[in-house]
Amino acid sequence: MLNLDVSFLSWDLFNKFILKGLLFSLELTAVAALGGLFFGTLLALMRLSNSKLLKALSATYVNGMRSIPLVMVILWFYLLIPVLIGKSIGAEWSAFITFIAFEAAFFCEIMRAGIESVGKGQKMAAQALGMTYAQSMQLIVLPQAFRNMVPVLLTQTIVLFQDTSLVYAIGAYDLLKGFVTAGRIYGRPEEVYLLAAVVYFVMCFGLSTFVKHLQRKMSLV
Amino acid sequence: MTLEWQVFLTDDGGGRTYLEWLLQAWGWTLGVALAAWCVAIPCGALIGVMRTLQGAPVLSRLGQAWVELFRNIPLLVQIFLWYFVLPKLFPAMQQFSSFWLVVIALGLFTSARIAEQFRAGVESLPKGQRYAGMALGFKTWQLYRYVLLPAAFRIILPPLTSESMNLLKNSSVAFAVSITELTMFAMQAQEETSRGIEIYLAVTVLYMISALTINRLLTWVEVRLRIPGQPSSKGPSLTTGH
Repeated sequence: MLNLDVSFLSWDLFNKFILKGLLFSLELTAVAALGGLFFGTLLALMRLSNSKLLKALSATYVNGMRSIPLVMVILWFYLLIPVLIGKSIGAEWSAFITFIAFEAAFFCEIMRAGIESVGKGQKMAAQALGMTYAQSMQLIVLPQAFRNMVPVLLTQTIVLFQDTSLVYAIGAYDLLKGFVTAGRIYGRPEEVYLLAAVVYFVMCFGLSTFVKHLQRKMSLV
Repeated sequence: MTLEWQVFLTDDGGGRTYLEWLLQAWGWTLGVALAAWCVAIPCGALIGVMRTLQGAPVLSRLGQAWVELFRNIPLLVQIFLWYFVLPKLFPAMQQFSSFWLVVIALGLFTSARIAEQFRAGVESLPKGQRYAGMALGFKTWQLYRYVLLPAAFRIILPPLTSESMNLLKNSSVAFAVSITELTMFAMQAQEETSRGIEIYLAVTVLYMISALTINRLLTWVEVRLRIPGQPSSKGPSLTTGH
């Protein structure tokens, strides 16, 4: 039986090892969520457009991304970016690009459902008012689509935050790596894995409770 | 840039070609995924049913706690817990091979997601179904066995299909504890041969073939089991996940 000893925990350890990783994980989550939402919305508009070519391009990209494990996508970008641009950009930057590209595929499906959830009359009314396609999307359809999908978007962001731990595969310094490093240096790996689980759980559970609350509130409106 | 597929015919230094190693790795991926699926489905069904039981608040709470626990910790951290921490806490678990530890970790992680599908399926049935069963004098297990689950199971087959594909993709996380499945193969073979693009392409194609096979297989099951007159599903439902 293992005796758990958490006496080595201190603010010093937090500042030295964990904080840097935590900030990177949060940054990666935020950048990937915003970038993914932007490109995902573009992909969704392509998917719902009248052009066969744009539709096919978007569908291929989204289905391709969704059928490969995220770890493989991370490895692919880490391998290909240096080949394409001719120099290495490091695991952290590679992670940013990978997660934006990967999440775009998932946010695309959410935004597509969101756009389709907006009544057809809205778009027709916008057209009747003489709005161009860009205007009707920007002023009428997308704001409503986005608002309808806020809970799903947030849920996906929680999943995304958990997925950032997979940058372990290319050795980027994220929250999990911070814990693993601290565990190695203090010789306490078991305690540190447990602590990592607790920290992730508290953050994700807190946010998902908030999403549930939000959902209940929205369903009343 | 030219692709050199001959790399798969070279020896990996252990008396087998990279092609043979690739196929073995594929076998491990399918093995891990299939075994974890066999853990996840019964476990998920049980937990999902527990959450829909009427007049059993403790069981329902327990099911909810299970789902929240496994859903809010990253899979990679869960695999580390099963691999490094639990065998230290419970020495009896030290006899388990890393294969089985990963299977349990992946299976229970997926069971939480499957449980949510089963719960949603049972809850989507009209209340009259449950009451009719009760009026006929069915015991609770009979009510679920003969009335609720057969209908719920058919409703949730499309999301179960996408969860099964997620499970296959998630098996890639087993690389972290040195199981030589496809992702681990990709990382190691890339390092040894420096022919990363060929190696990754082959691995990616195998993942896609596997996912497509699962999709076709379960869609076939769905068509076979469809109740005449029941409306068919309108494509995969929107689920968040990886």
